[in-house]
Amino acid sequence: MGTALVAIPGDDQLMTISIGIDLTSADAVAQSLQDHGARYLERVYTDRERRDCTQPSGGSDAERLAARFAAKEATLKALRREDESIPWTSIGVCSDRAGRPSLELSGPAAALARRRGVAELSVSLTHEGPFAAAVVVAHLQEAR
Amino acid sequence: MSVTSEGTTRMEIRRVIRDHARLPVEIDSISDNADLFQAGMTSHASVNVMLALEDAFDIEFPDKMLKRSVFESVDGIAAALQELEIEAA
Repeated sequence: MGTALVAIPGDDQLMTISIGIDLTSADAVAQSLQDHGARYLERVYTDRERRDCTQPSGGSDAERLAARFAAKEATLKALRREDESIPWTSIGVCSDRAGRPSLELSGPAAALARRRGVAELSVSLTHEGPFAAAVVVAHLQEAR
Repeated sequence: MSVTSEGTTRMEIRRVIRDHARLPVEIDSISDNADLFQAGMTSHASVNVMLALEDAFDIEFPDKMLKRSVFESVDGIAAALQELEIEAA
């Protein structure tokens, strides 16, 4: 987690960004699904995330869920969360038809982003075997 | 909360942490005010601790309690449970 001033080539403007990163174990997610089932899914993931991570067999895809959990935690780091109460479901990952992910904030997470002066959030996800990771970049409204 | 019931509550909190926090150290080696995140609990594991506490104490943590300080120590969890008990009374 940190903030940086970024110079854009060919542009006189400086842009302040804040970065968050997280690594989540897909095995841990699979264990949570086994231990807490639907209650785990409902408390942590948005309706859309649960739908996007449902396998054809009807079960949940732990690797894809792990990537989404990593995105939530990376977002909180990029937003420089202190001790604000932020339900996990107020941060959601959406994917367009090409599979490009984006973040959708609501409620307390959206309010925190406004307080931090976030103009835009970018997210990148990856998962391979037992691990999933996410990086989130918050573009802040003005250089500080 | 009486001294005895508070002692029982803390023992149950420690059992939940032992079973769900995936700590790399023994729970008995951690004091009540030690930071569980510093001790190795991940944010994902803290979700499991929260859900297991709800099962163990038949409660539901409201959104306002979903913050780091509530789940960062045995003391923090015990204080939150006491607050929920007072609100329910």
